[in-house]
Amino acid sequence: MSTRRRLRPALGFLLIVAILLVGWEAAKLLAGDPWRFPDYGFYWDPPLRWKPVNDLNLPHLWTIFGAFWELDAKGETYLSSLIGAAFFTARESALGFALGTGVGLGLAIVLIHVKVLERGLVPLLVASQTVPIIAIAPVVVVGLRAGWFGVAIVATYLTFFPVTIAAIRGMRSADPRAFELMRSYAAGRRTVLRKLRLPASPPYLFTAFKIAASASVVGAIVGEFPAGIRDGLGGALLQAMQYYSFSPQDLWAAIAACAALGIVAFLLVVTAERIALRGYRPTEDGARA
Amino acid sequence: MTDSQTDTVVQLSGVSKVFEGRGQKAARVEALSGIDLSVRRGEFISLIGPSGCGKSTLLRIVGDLIGVSDGTVMVNGKLAREARLAREYGMVFQAPVLFDWRTVQRNVELPLEIIGRPKQEREARAREMLALVELGDFAGHHPWQLSGGMQQRAAIARALALDPAILLMDEPFGALDEMTRERMNLELLRIWERTATTVIFVTHSIPEAVFLSTRVVVMSARPGRITKIVPIDLPRHRDVETREMEHYFELVTEVRESLRGSEGEAVDPRRVAAEGLSA
Repeated sequence: MSTRRRLRPALGFLLIVAILLVGWEAAKLLAGDPWRFPDYGFYWDPPLRWKPVNDLNLPHLWTIFGAFWELDAKGETYLSSLIGAAFFTARESALGFALGTGVGLGLAIVLIHVKVLERGLVPLLVASQTVPIIAIAPVVVVGLRAGWFGVAIVATYLTFFPVTIAAIRGMRSADPRAFELMRSYAAGRRTVLRKLRLPASPPYLFTAFKIAASASVVGAIVGEFPAGIRDGLGGALLQAMQYYSFSPQDLWAAIAACAALGIVAFLLVVTAERIALRGYRPTEDGARA
Repeated sequence: MTDSQTDTVVQLSGVSKVFEGRGQKAARVEALSGIDLSVRRGEFISLIGPSGCGKSTLLRIVGDLIGVSDGTVMVNGKLAREARLAREYGMVFQAPVLFDWRTVQRNVELPLEIIGRPKQEREARAREMLALVELGDFAGHHPWQLSGGMQQRAAIARALALDPAILLMDEPFGALDEMTRERMNLELLRIWERTATTVIFVTHSIPEAVFLSTRVVVMSARPGRITKIVPIDLPRHRDVETREMEHYFELVTEVRESLRGSEGEAVDPRRVAAEGLSA
């Protein structure tokens, strides 16, 4: 029964993916370019024509899937080169995530104790997040000499903000009487932080970590563009974009690799959350797990 | 003279509290005015009065959780602030306020952790306190796995962990059902007898106040004042039969009448009726 419960969300996910894929091909069946399978003597001319689903904009799934097995000059499949790129980008985004959560948490601790800073700094932080990452990335990456560390800093930039906001909320989430209780023990600020504010935060923090996990992947990919780094998924995307007009399936394959990395990052956080929140009061969300 | 001085745990003289309204519309509220009260060691004092009479405020003033506007608060011969810094208080609130992420055992250890007691001593003391409130078997549970009454017992164990000079209780059983409440009353008395601690207890239940206390302090609202102090001269040891004694009913009536005499517009008639039934 417990394995069945654990499998149910995975089955739901697969079902939705299947529906999307079927929808994808159904659209092409209805309004795409003609289907040609000369080997099987099969030809289908869709009754409608709609540009967004033609073979250039929305290649057949099997074409994309086939792209994974194409060999490059070194005799390596595209799939294995994408996996290598994913590991490279994962390293950048993992460092960005770690730095981002560290900075985000540290900032929240400072802000919660210095009210003046909170009022002055939070609007600035909000402003920092409205500047498109694509504009910030060259500044950071070029400033840090275009290494993979610079890319990780771009990921940090995207990561820290949700953590700061959630941590501030979490550290204030305890019952006001819990703070009175700590006061009655003559507990100092540090003790209140360690024994009450921080341990009260994880239920809020993990929501931010989920956002931050995806954001750190995006940050790492986008950071690779101006850095001219060709070893990661950003590089793979850039390369595939150049050849899009005659080989669109390569870009779609690279996009699938980016999505897979994002999902893995998210699942890692979800797993960590399940372990970390075991001692906490179950919520509707937690009860499902 | 010296004797009575060392025997006084709490000495309130001319205490008043005004909450200054913030903003233009918020009014200035005179919460307490001219409060004089002295509590001897080992007493069980109940503060009772209509809602808004400042009884919880008074309790928080004794515990130095909020400051006074005027007057002095001495606890064990020290200013309230010094007493708090010397960790002489145990607090119990209407909600248990246990930390979700800690087990019951580690919740009781919390105050001992804060004052830096070694691990072994903490564990032994917490076990001892949990045995006192009869929660020994639930030490490893998380608070949210316990019933409301059990959670409140854990909160009492935590409050007693530092062996406080004075136990401050703010409607600790207010959220419990009547049957649990009566059982908790008996348990609290048993704990009080065994620990010989001094208790100040805020309640709005007349029977509860009479059953538990050595003296009942009756307050009125706006500004909060002490209108009468009713000594409860029931035998010190009380049990289920105490609630059936004639003198118990006389005292309940006396407290009710002094409440009625002092009542401002703040008395909720439904509450008085409900208490009449449960008495």
